[in-house]
Amino acid sequence: MSQPSGFKMPKPVLAIEGLTVSFDGFKAVDDLNLYIDRNEVRVVIGPNGAGKTTVLDLICGKTKATAGSIQFENRELTKMREFDIVRAGVGRKFQNPSIYENLTVFENLEMSYPKGRTVFGALFFKRSAEVIERVEQIAAEIMLTDNLYLQADLLSHGQKQWLEIGMLLMQDPALLMLDEPVAGMSVNERAQTAELLKRISQGRSVLVIEHDMEFVKSIAHKVTVLHQGKVLAEGSMEAVQSNPKVIEVYLGH
Amino acid sequence: MNPTLDKFLGGKQGAIGLAVLATLILVVFPLALDAFRLNMVGKYLTYAFVAVGLVLCWGYGGILSLGQGVFFGLGGYCMAMFLKLEASDPESTKIQSTPGIPDFMDWNQITELPLLWQPFHSFGFTLLAVIAVPVILALVIGVAMFKRRVGDVYFSIVTQAIALILTVLIIGQQGLTGGVNGITDLKTLMGWDIRDDSSKLILYFINAFLLFGCILIGRFILASKLGRLLMAMRDKEERVRFSGYDVASFKIFVFCVAAAFSAIGGAMFALQVGFMSPSFVGIVPSIEMVIFAAVGGRMSLLGAVYGALLVNYGKTYFSETFPELWLYLMGGLFIAVVMYFPNGIAGLWESHGRKWLGKLKRQSATPAKPVPVATVPAPNSQPRELESTP
Repeated sequence: MSQPSGFKMPKPVLAIEGLTVSFDGFKAVDDLNLYIDRNEVRVVIGPNGAGKTTVLDLICGKTKATAGSIQFENRELTKMREFDIVRAGVGRKFQNPSIYENLTVFENLEMSYPKGRTVFGALFFKRSAEVIERVEQIAAEIMLTDNLYLQADLLSHGQKQWLEIGMLLMQDPALLMLDEPVAGMSVNERAQTAELLKRISQGRSVLVIEHDMEFVKSIAHKVTVLHQGKVLAEGSMEAVQSNPKVIEVYLGH
Repeated sequence: MNPTLDKFLGGKQGAIGLAVLATLILVVFPLALDAFRLNMVGKYLTYAFVAVGLVLCWGYGGILSLGQGVFFGLGGYCMAMFLKLEASDPESTKIQSTPGIPDFMDWNQITELPLLWQPFHSFGFTLLAVIAVPVILALVIGVAMFKRRVGDVYFSIVTQAIALILTVLIIGQQGLTGGVNGITDLKTLMGWDIRDDSSKLILYFINAFLLFGCILIGRFILASKLGRLLMAMRDKEERVRFSGYDVASFKIFVFCVAAAFSAIGGAMFALQVGFMSPSFVGIVPSIEMVIFAAVGGRMSLLGAVYGALLVNYGKTYFSETFPELWLYLMGGLFIAVVMYFPNGIAGLWESHGRKWLGKLKRQSATPAKPVPVATVPAPNSQPRELESTP
């Protein structure tokens, strides 16, 4: 084999193989295989209880896998501690906006700056010009420049969601995972979030869980449908929407 | 202002608050109180070390330790062991069957100084041990608990258990620790009599300066990114963890800092009061220490000092006059704080005191008509802007 045929295919950023987790015998995720390419925006959809959030929990280390492997840039995540997974380049947004309400927008963003992460590093952390510049740059990206010194609990729900996305961007992750980023947003905010996602997915892979089909259509490169912890279908939005198995699962029996 | 200095002082308001407290402790008390009462205030202030530590670890870090007496006690015992050895020289213990060892060991038929006591002949070692012994214990507890994500009320219960275990251990090992009486009759520190009034005054000031040192360290921690991380962890632990931080290491750190502060307080207690006993180690004193911080304000380093002073003053006053009422009062006080003013005295000052001060200032700005004392507005009366315009 002088001409390796697989050479053209780029290695996926994230390769999940045979992933299983069972809670007291109930398999929330069952022998799952999922591959995400570099610079890909992947949306995972599926009915309630399909295991979507559990998959994110497994990737970021919040839940430990019963079996299977999660390879991220050739590193096995299932054996790593949560903060090491983050430091390796995986950022995760929670379903409910999870920000520090008592701190200002600036401080929220600064908290995710990837320096001063150890005890003594944090004790002697200095707010350098570099940090300020980075915070301002991200604040502009998430449309919060005018609210930089506002206490975070005064933001609107949508702005809180953006702030949490901004906190992830501070870490410049190679894989960004968003759990229902437009839940509770107005139509206008949804459109803005879709634009935001298109901008920030440049140069990184994004894994999104979402229910809002209009939103999914506007951002997804590829859609994966989960059902009972397994992949039911995968492909373009159109292909998935016309898949009879998917229709059956969504519309019920 | 220099930014590093600013970090220590906590801005203009922080500097003023510190100056007021320093005036009170360093000037007003020494001038106004007799030697006996001043020594008592000195004793109260040793509890303030614990309360300041609790502000960091409980108020900001969200770690409610109900076993700070353990660290206070260990610091105190380390110091007391040194002082006891000095008080037990062969000359003054010649009536014992084994001269040269502490009296309680002699009563317990011990004929040789135990190995544990040997290094406490050295003052340098003692100073090191005062900090190191409690911090190492805090480190072990912290690693065991926080790495396994034991938190909240479970952590509090474990600290209670540790306080109980240590008390039982101290009381049980009478020959080694002096048992329930503790280590008493402490006389000199490297030949310097710690019992007379002038040395008590000096110890009072050393104590006060150490306390201010701890407050400044506390301010430095809170002003740093670590301070913001503590608050962030208290409110959104998962978010901090999934932002790339090892949450446990920060909890362990702040718990160790609180332990070190408590230990300094304990050592100063042994020096100023002249003894150390298990009654400062167990569950009840540990909970009392939490009450000092809660009454003073668990979010305020300075408030904690006021809390320690006030509650202890109340305790002395009431247990002299109505001894049987004190425990009920203390319980009632704690319930009242938790239910009606969760941020303690410092919180009340923030919400009412400042406004009141502002009104006073505005009034005193009227030069023509001096305002009679009787018209000083009640906190809920209307602002008197009309009156202050000439």
